[in-house]
Amino acid sequence: MALMTGVLRRVAATSFVAAAVAVAPTLAASAQTVTLTGGGSTFIAPLYERWFSEFHKQNPNIQINYQAIGSGAGIAQFTAGTLDFGDSDAAMTDAQIAKVSKGVILVPVAGGGVSVTYNLPGVSNLKLSRVTLPAIFDGQITRWNDPRIQHDNPGVKLPNLPIRTVVRSDASGTSFIFTNYLAGVSPTFVSKVGPATTAPHWVTNPISAPGSNGVTASVKRVAGTIGYVELAYAIQNHLKTAELQTRQGNFVPPTLQGTNEALAAVKFPANFRVFVSDPAAGYPIAGLTWMMINKTGYTPQKAQAIKKLVTWMMTKGQAINAQLLYVRIPPAVGARVIKVVDTEVK
Amino acid sequence: MAHSATHPEDHLLTVSENPRSNLLDRGFTVLVQGVALLVIAILLGITAVVLAYAQPAIAHFGLAFLWSTAWDVPSLQFGALPYIFGTLVTSSVGLILALPISMAVAILTSENFLPAFVREPLAFLVQLLAAIPSVVIGLWGIYVLIPFLLPIGTWLNNNFGWFPLFSTPPAGPGLLPAGVILAVMIIPTIASVSRDVLTVVPKELRSASMALGATQWETILAVMLPAAAPGVVGASMLGLGRALGETMAVSMVIGNSGQITASLLDLGNTIPSLLASQFAEAESPLHIGSLMYLALILFVLTLMVNVAAVLLVRVFGVKV
Repeated sequence: MALMTGVLRRVAATSFVAAAVAVAPTLAASAQTVTLTGGGSTFIAPLYERWFSEFHKQNPNIQINYQAIGSGAGIAQFTAGTLDFGDSDAAMTDAQIAKVSKGVILVPVAGGGVSVTYNLPGVSNLKLSRVTLPAIFDGQITRWNDPRIQHDNPGVKLPNLPIRTVVRSDASGTSFIFTNYLAGVSPTFVSKVGPATTAPHWVTNPISAPGSNGVTASVKRVAGTIGYVELAYAIQNHLKTAELQTRQGNFVPPTLQGTNEALAAVKFPANFRVFVSDPAAGYPIAGLTWMMINKTGYTPQKAQAIKKLVTWMMTKGQAINAQLLYVRIPPAVGARVIKVVDTEVK
Repeated sequence: MAHSATHPEDHLLTVSENPRSNLLDRGFTVLVQGVALLVIAILLGITAVVLAYAQPAIAHFGLAFLWSTAWDVPSLQFGALPYIFGTLVTSSVGLILALPISMAVAILTSENFLPAFVREPLAFLVQLLAAIPSVVIGLWGIYVLIPFLLPIGTWLNNNFGWFPLFSTPPAGPGLLPAGVILAVMIIPTIASVSRDVLTVVPKELRSASMALGATQWETILAVMLPAAAPGVVGASMLGLGRALGETMAVSMVIGNSGQITASLLDLGNTIPSLLASQFAEAESPLHIGSLMYLALILFVLTLMVNVAAVLLVRVFGVKV
């Protein structure tokens, strides 16, 4: 048996060599498997998993591993050079980028909305204006029957209950997007709580719970609570969500469509780093997540693989976003991203 | 081995005369010693790493960290007091609730009030409680315990609001649900160890007590429990150790608010719960350092509990 396989192998090898001579250059390039390692945001992890498995099917020689270690850890590991790419819901700051000697391109890959969920016995169509929502979360409004909330909800009988805010106990991109909106529409919120951050220093003595599911569970169990969760999570779990006021003044429910409109109205600068704090149209609380890639330092194969991946994500990949309830990057921005990555990654 | 030749009888009992088994014997001793030392080395290694990472916070805040109440991640102000407070309060509530229940379970399953075919499965079921993952217990806390405790908390606040422990309306999550969760988690430990201790109390003690005309209850309360006291203290300290270190289940029901409050119905936070929720996304060395500093404090707290347990057992042990 061993002898026979040995002989067979030799025969096969000889004929293979003969055949290979003609196609050697192309074969050598395509047979080499490239592995890209990435890590970061947990928010984007489900979409990445789906994307990378689809991409791998179409490009069998490129293997991508992604570890959902959290945005902060994603930036730290990417900066330390242990990852080929990172991902963060809070874009790297100039100071953070300056620490990366190999250069950084921020690639906006998808977006998400944040919806406001609440528990008010007898009220199922709560509306909160650009004034009221920040005032609830910076402690200026403390009771549900406050005249300002009543003003947003004419004709609705609001209960005389204290407002209990529910927030994330873990540092989170969701908190960042939410505080980014509140800080964008309310200077008082900035002075009381601070600018947008993944771990805000809340002043309302809120209930803090881990993860979107923890926030949801607390809101569902206790009357008079109000919290914020990812839009996709709220839609999948049919949560009771508040309608929020757009810049034009009308109230809109949180929908994927509305968040897409918000992102479509955003002007992306040359470095693609944009914070959607008060969009001109659509559902107002939206944010992005960024893939972080180096400008230099990759092997030629890896650089090639990354360019191929970015092009795929910005075109075919974006079509998958809606299926998993992620907001898509406007096609025009996608085209710009591809161009930048193609010319700058070496 | 060295003393094997001192008595003639030892000669008959010992097997170490055979050089091969002698070698095996020595090899085994070295192996066991090595593994035991390895455990100590790991402990020291962990301490060293925690200490090293805590260094930025220790250098920046010093001992004032222990009594500072600030915890503001964006402006990098950190203090441990609310978390030390929350850890001690929830663990104490847990222990106070768990101790009488555990003793009841231990007595019921070690005495003959029930036939053996009921007693044995009962003891087994209580032990099974320890096998439930803490995340599952936490979910049970959110979905069952909090809604159950909410009306009780409201009633306590309405009728006994003047009493500091019930001075705020219940928020849902809080120190009380966390304490109850911890009680549920440490009952199996305390109950099963106490039961084991009660069953090995010498029969003579029981017989003597009965012979003097004591009833079963008098025997249990006056003879069995005092005799088992060192073991029960040890069991309680084991349980307390688990309560001090519990992360996930507590994190899900305590409300994670770094405040010091007299009211058990209000929100709170514990050291392990804070570590679990913030460590993954901590970036600045000072933030990581402060979390490590907290870990170190927890380490010392647990050490103090263990030392206290040893001392208590010594004190009680002399009496028996």
